Amino acid sequence: MPHAIPDAAAQNPASLSLVANVSLNINGAVHRLALDPRTTLLDTLREHLHLTGSKKGCDHGQCGACTVIVEGRRINSCLTLAVMHEGDRVTTIEGLGTPDNLHPMQAAFVKHDGYQCGYCTPGQICSAVAVLDEIKAGIPSHATADLTTAPAATTDEIRERMSGNICRCGAYSNIREAITEVAGGKV
Amino acid sequence: MKPFTYERARSPADAAAAGRMPNAKFIAGGTNLLDLMKLQIETPSHLIDVNGLGFDKIEPASDGGLRVGSLVRNTDLAADERVRRDYGVLSRALLAGASGQLRNMATTAGNLLQRTRCPYFYDTNMPCNKRRPGSGCAAIGGVSRQLAVIGASDACIATHPSDMAVAMRALDATVETVRSDGSQRSIAIADFHRLPGDAPHVDTTLEAGELITAVNLPKPLGGKHIYRKVRDRASYAFALVSVAAIVQPDGTGRVAVGGVAHKPWRVEPAEAELPRGPRAVTARLLEGARPTADNAFKIPLVERTIAAVLAEARA
Repeated sequence: MPHAIPDAAAQNPASLSLVANVSLNINGAVHRLALDPRTTLLDTLREHLHLTGSKKGCDHGQCGACTVIVEGRRINSCLTLAVMHEGDRVTTIEGLGTPDNLHPMQAAFVKHDGYQCGYCTPGQICSAVAVLDEIKAGIPSHATADLTTAPAATTDEIRERMSGNICRCGAYSNIREAITEVAGGKV
Repeated sequence: MKPFTYERARSPADAAAAGRMPNAKFIAGGTNLLDLMKLQIETPSHLIDVNGLGFDKIEPASDGGLRVGSLVRNTDLAADERVRRDYGVLSRALLAGASGQLRNMATTAGNLLQRTRCPYFYDTNMPCNKRRPGSGCAAIGGVSRQLAVIGASDACIATHPSDMAVAMRALDATVETVRSDGSQRSIAIADFHRLPGDAPHVDTTLEAGELITAVNLPKPLGGKHIYRKVRDRASYAFALVSVAAIVQPDGTGRVAVGGVAHKPWRVEPAEAELPRGPRAVTARLLEGARPTADNAFKIPLVERTIAAVLAEARA
């Protein structure tokens, strides 16, 4: 079986390239990029594509400000390399809605005042949209009482599922109300 | 981050061959590795992306158990109908760990291989035998509230941070691997993680370049499956103490504990004490414990958590 790394390269890693090619579908548009493999998905969005909606908070996966949706799932874009996402579909806050045509979650955040400074908000909204999809798909959480029944968008479920998004201004109760409204529940 | 070269492995043989390169690392979810690379605690010169290898299925095994591919994401393992039904302790442990975003990326193998969250391992200004062998241990005599109470050494008192691994230890899972020469082997989870001894920089019994391909769960064990995690916040925090238990209707069972040692902690003879209650179990389970002044609270906390778990099992 042929090996990806010829023996010469195995002995001399420097002969491998320090630039890697990747093709990403960001909010419906395909971008072909040649990147230093160290470039995170977050830095690719912000520094290479100038999509600065996704925010860099801690840059270590602790705060959730960089949350984007990749292939339908929310992830921390700071803890993944762009080159690991060849061909993947990425949705950022810019792809969810526009100022004239807000996504229902964006409209609910405005209505319920689900922010103060707004820095964590793009991550909160991307996370919230994916949270409701996860509940719809029947994915359980730590707050799910019975693992054999489908979870519902209760207050406890939303709180638990949003724990990876920190809001230093403390707008949590309003964020939870916005998500509850979009889920169709009583706020 | 230090510069590195990158390749996408096309086959397990590709990956295994590339794993022979000096200072190469496999990357799957990347949630722990990239965090550590940003801090230059991990400094690989070559990354082998194994995400394309297809180890992302959960399949029935011939012995009646489940074969969990090493690339199955934590979210998918926790949500799998068979896991929820027959291995509830594993679903619960996974869901008690990290955040939704991280569980969507983190893999089964990566979860096993995650490194300690000891604050001195993370602080590159401090000595740490795990990060830099021979430099000393700042945790001993330092802030050690989170750290190990048993199985530690004079070189290291770090704990293993995984919840999932604690449940897998209670289940007696086995880890399937392929070595860089292409040969395969199976490692009992009990033998997979090491105690620190005088080589705390070595977390597991994997060889250089050895790649995890799957984790095998045994035939369903029945009983009540409980995972109880005690932590400083209600969500998104590492365990101070956690208990994974499988308790049968006759009161016999299995108990593994997290947050207390360099590996998921299970002492089978302690399980024989289950009919005599949590104090007897804990006395045997933590026999020889050497807590620090900061973390001595973990010993009564283990007993109380086991008591709560046994009460839940009886309810």
